[in-house]
Amino acid sequence: MAIAIDQLRADLLAQVEAAGSTAALDDVRVSALGRKGVITDQMKTLGQLPPDERRAAGQAFNALKDEVAEALETRKAGLEAAELEARLANERIDVTLPVRPQPDGRLHPLMQTWDELVAIFGEMGFVVAEGPDIEDDWHNFTALNIPEEHPARQEMDTFYLREDADGHRPVLRTHTSPVQIRTMLSQKPPIRIIVPGRTFRSDHDATHSPMFHQVEGLVIDEATHMGHLKGTLIEFCRAFFGVQDLPVRFRNSHFPFTEPSAEVDIGCSRKDGGLTIGAGDDWLEILGSGMVHPKVLEYCGIDSTKYQGWAFGMGIERIAMLKYGIPDLRTMYDSDLRWLKHYGFAPLDVPSLLGGLAR
Amino acid sequence: MKFTLGWLKEHLETDASLEEITDKLTMLGLEVDGVTDPAAALAPFKVAYVIEAKQHPNADRLRVCRVQTADGEVQVVCGAPNARTGMKGVFAPEGTFIPGSGMTLKPAEIRGEASSGMLVSERELELSEDHDGIIDLTDLDPEVGTPFADVLGLNDPMIEIGLTPNRGDCAGIRGIARDLAAAGLGTLKPGPYASNVPGGFASPINVHLEAGDACPMFVGRYIRGVKNGPSPAWLQQRLKAIGLRPISALVDITNYFTMDRARPLHVFDADKVHGDIHVRFAKSGEKLEALDGRTYTADDTMCMVADEQVGEAFGGIMGGEPSGCSEETVNVFVESAWFDPVRTAATGRKLGIHSDARYRFERGVDPQSLVSGAEAAAAMIMELCGGEASELVIAGTEPSWQRSFEFRPARVEELTGVDVAKAEARQTLEALGFTWHEGCLGIQVAPPSWRPDVHGEADLVEEVIRVHGYDAIPITPLPRLTSLPQPAVTESQARRPRSRRALASRGLLEAVTFSFLPKAQAAKFGGGEDALSLINPISAELDQMRPSILPNLLDAAARNRNQGQRSAGMFEVGPQYRDTSHTGQDLMATGLRWGLAGPRHWAEAQRSVDAFDAKADALAALEAAGAPVGNAQISAEAPSWYHPGQSGSIRLGKVVLATFGTLHPAILRDYDIDGAAVGFECFLDRIPMPRAKGGKSRPLLKVEALLPVERDFAFLVDTGVSADALARAARQADKVMIVDVAVFDVYTGKGVPDGQKSLALSVTYQPRDATLTDEQIEALGAKVVAVVEKATGGMLRG
Repeated sequence: MAIAIDQLRADLLAQVEAAGSTAALDDVRVSALGRKGVITDQMKTLGQLPPDERRAAGQAFNALKDEVAEALETRKAGLEAAELEARLANERIDVTLPVRPQPDGRLHPLMQTWDELVAIFGEMGFVVAEGPDIEDDWHNFTALNIPEEHPARQEMDTFYLREDADGHRPVLRTHTSPVQIRTMLSQKPPIRIIVPGRTFRSDHDATHSPMFHQVEGLVIDEATHMGHLKGTLIEFCRAFFGVQDLPVRFRNSHFPFTEPSAEVDIGCSRKDGGLTIGAGDDWLEILGSGMVHPKVLEYCGIDSTKYQGWAFGMGIERIAMLKYGIPDLRTMYDSDLRWLKHYGFAPLDVPSLLGGLAR
Repeated sequence: MKFTLGWLKEHLETDASLEEITDKLTMLGLEVDGVTDPAAALAPFKVAYVIEAKQHPNADRLRVCRVQTADGEVQVVCGAPNARTGMKGVFAPEGTFIPGSGMTLKPAEIRGEASSGMLVSERELELSEDHDGIIDLTDLDPEVGTPFADVLGLNDPMIEIGLTPNRGDCAGIRGIARDLAAAGLGTLKPGPYASNVPGGFASPINVHLEAGDACPMFVGRYIRGVKNGPSPAWLQQRLKAIGLRPISALVDITNYFTMDRARPLHVFDADKVHGDIHVRFAKSGEKLEALDGRTYTADDTMCMVADEQVGEAFGGIMGGEPSGCSEETVNVFVESAWFDPVRTAATGRKLGIHSDARYRFERGVDPQSLVSGAEAAAAMIMELCGGEASELVIAGTEPSWQRSFEFRPARVEELTGVDVAKAEARQTLEALGFTWHEGCLGIQVAPPSWRPDVHGEADLVEEVIRVHGYDAIPITPLPRLTSLPQPAVTESQARRPRSRRALASRGLLEAVTFSFLPKAQAAKFGGGEDALSLINPISAELDQMRPSILPNLLDAAARNRNQGQRSAGMFEVGPQYRDTSHTGQDLMATGLRWGLAGPRHWAEAQRSVDAFDAKADALAALEAAGAPVGNAQISAEAPSWYHPGQSGSIRLGKVVLATFGTLHPAILRDYDIDGAAVGFECFLDRIPMPRAKGGKSRPLLKVEALLPVERDFAFLVDTGVSADALARAARQADKVMIVDVAVFDVYTGKGVPDGQKSLALSVTYQPRDATLTDEQIEALGAKVVAVVEKATGGMLRG
């Protein structure tokens, strides 16, 4: 009997060892341990043995059963590991292949600059105001203290539209300043607005475009003065250009709608034909500003003996070109895809002072 | 406005350097555009004395010179044949850049002899081609160390300022000097030609003013027996230095006063004037050959200085050739007049003449300068050309200029933040020519006759602060209105950046295009009406306000395609124009895709862009901008520039939020685009505002405990039935249990009858309280089939 068990053990373990796949191994398992398996068959014969042998044989068969089961498990784990390895080897891909196409849109640097302006002035308590591109003479000129026949009306190279039935001749606004007027007419002081928008002048050459963008600022209250104008614009220039010690110079100038007026220059250096914004040997004019002319306040129904204020205006293209090193104004409107990809901004780059204005 | 430092110093006694002067001018509002210093390039070159010149021991043609320079004695090896003991020449020390050779001097040893610096020739300074020897100044005998530029008289830097239109007084050098003196950079001198010339006889030419306000005053003076010819060298040099061409003494004199004190004058050849002078309006169509040699046609708004037969000059703008002065002129009539700024500007514009006279008259010439101008002109003419002056002919009266304004010194600090003492304010204003009158009612300040730009207290404050200095204005932080910043944009203003970023994140490139386009293009996109045409466009290509952004994007696409960009997408968020009213412009998010939907890729099949790309873009832009796109309806209507069968609208009820689709082939042909192109146009202003109530809180999330059940159906419907109609019908079958209906397949072809299509729906049931039984699921399915059949005629596909 013992010999028979030993023989059986040797056979079964050899079969387990010989099984080359999990399927074959399972066949071995069934033939050994299944309901009609060889061990099961043998154990059914135990009842025919005498009681004293029956006990010993039973123990021997149970031990055999455990041993085979364990061998099966071990073999199974080994086979599974080998099969997985073979499968994985078979599943190898070329990871150097390019990924599936991703959307790769870009924002126009001019519009990104617009968002930067809103982010900076918004921190200082300015809110955005808007107005129409097609204006009337009164809002664009008269209320800004530019009277009929004033040479400035001609110098601005205004685009006119056809006269309407009432004899009104609409204009394309030559600056964003009419929105100052619209705001002062519709709101009571204190006022603190910026006005980014499209503007139009009949000029077309390397440095002028018939359409361009301006941002206007207006602050009206009972006490604000040129010191606040200076403080605000210096902070703006330093934040926008990201140069903390940027020199900013205010000098006298003339605009019909401000009195006193100032033009504002920032420091720069010009070396080897390049231009660097920052402390340097030269100045670069970037905007015009001044105390709102009392006549402008009065045109808007604001009591100029009680309220005063200041305003500024600058070209968005100009500051965008300076900041981002864009050499040619005209390329802004060319819609050249190569240019838009090169100078454009990623859609998730939302300008904010806390998160960083620009990458 | 150009002038030289030397000319300025005729009016300004000053020790200030050129740099101090130009810096001050810029800060005063007289912005310096540039300084041309002819001496700057010659600065290192100074006079030197050759103590001894002896033969070089090792070279026949060279001499070794001991040279006395401003900085001591040096040894120079020189090859010039004229180098000799005792001569004076021009020395350049080591380190000097020699313009003629393009070299910078370094210490050298020439054939064993040390040589430091150089004695230069005229060619080396680019003064002439002369290189036969070094410059020899022995005869002039200037002092050692004198800058060579001084020896040449090239020491007068030219300054150009950009004059703002309010400062007509600074269109004359005297005005500029007055500003500098007020700002503490010297004292104002009386200036040349300041005394009066007594008249010896009555002028044979009289003046009659017949043009009212256009010319309220005219001072004339007859000078007989003059001899015209080239003006003296100093005057020619002065005019040339500021870019004016000397013509003759008489003409140069008028130009001199135009520049010197912003006092344009005209000199008629009196023998060519027929009778008296009449200042009148021109006759319409009247022709005059002006001094620039061109013939101009006048209209009846223009002021003409005429004689009794013909027009002789455009008043305040330009004289006429027929009565102009020549070498033969013997008797002259000097005009010192005042012409109305507005009319002068208008006339100048209409004629297209930019003259120095117009420049000054349209900015306002000093109304008190007429007599002094005629006196000064007479004095200078008699000095340079001889002759005898008549008594003055004075016609008309000075236009009124006297006015005064209250000035409260405290207003300076209120407006500028700078506390300027009353005494300083007074000193400044008086130095600028203003009159200060302090009485019991306060201070009244009267501007001088040459400052027509000053109209009130704010202007006086500006005068005080610009002279005091803008650098003194304090840098004051703007006080915060709230402790934390509030949103800078309203909900509707935020639509612009949100839609832009959404579209860019879908792979579109943002463009910014002009608001105008060719009228013919506008007409194809629903525009082109006359009311939106520019009457003075830059070009015919830019003559109409755009009714849509699409044509601009199509134009850009065509250009990009020509550069090899066969597939791409662009968008613009900006205005389009309906009418000229203040509400007649719409903020649009408009985009265009063309060519293939993506690049060639190993894992993805290629396809052309189609209407669904545009629809997806439009939905994304709208959703980002805050539109409730889940509630939107899609209909198949779109404007004429879209393909009628491949386009649609996204609507909320009757409000069209967007249109989208394939562009019409006829439109694409106009832009020479073959292949696919699709577009969309979102009306951002039409998006309803979110409800203000309820804050930002979202409804409570309700999670169903039971798993949803999905069942698929395929219906045969007529091809005209929309997928949307079918899906909506299915959803109506049980509004409680059916939570989602999705169309996942559209099929025509084998097995589907002609004129029909198969639409496959996936319908999701959500059990609420208990798991659905098979019977309940069956019943729901039957309901779906019944409702769909009733609504659309669709039959369940077997």
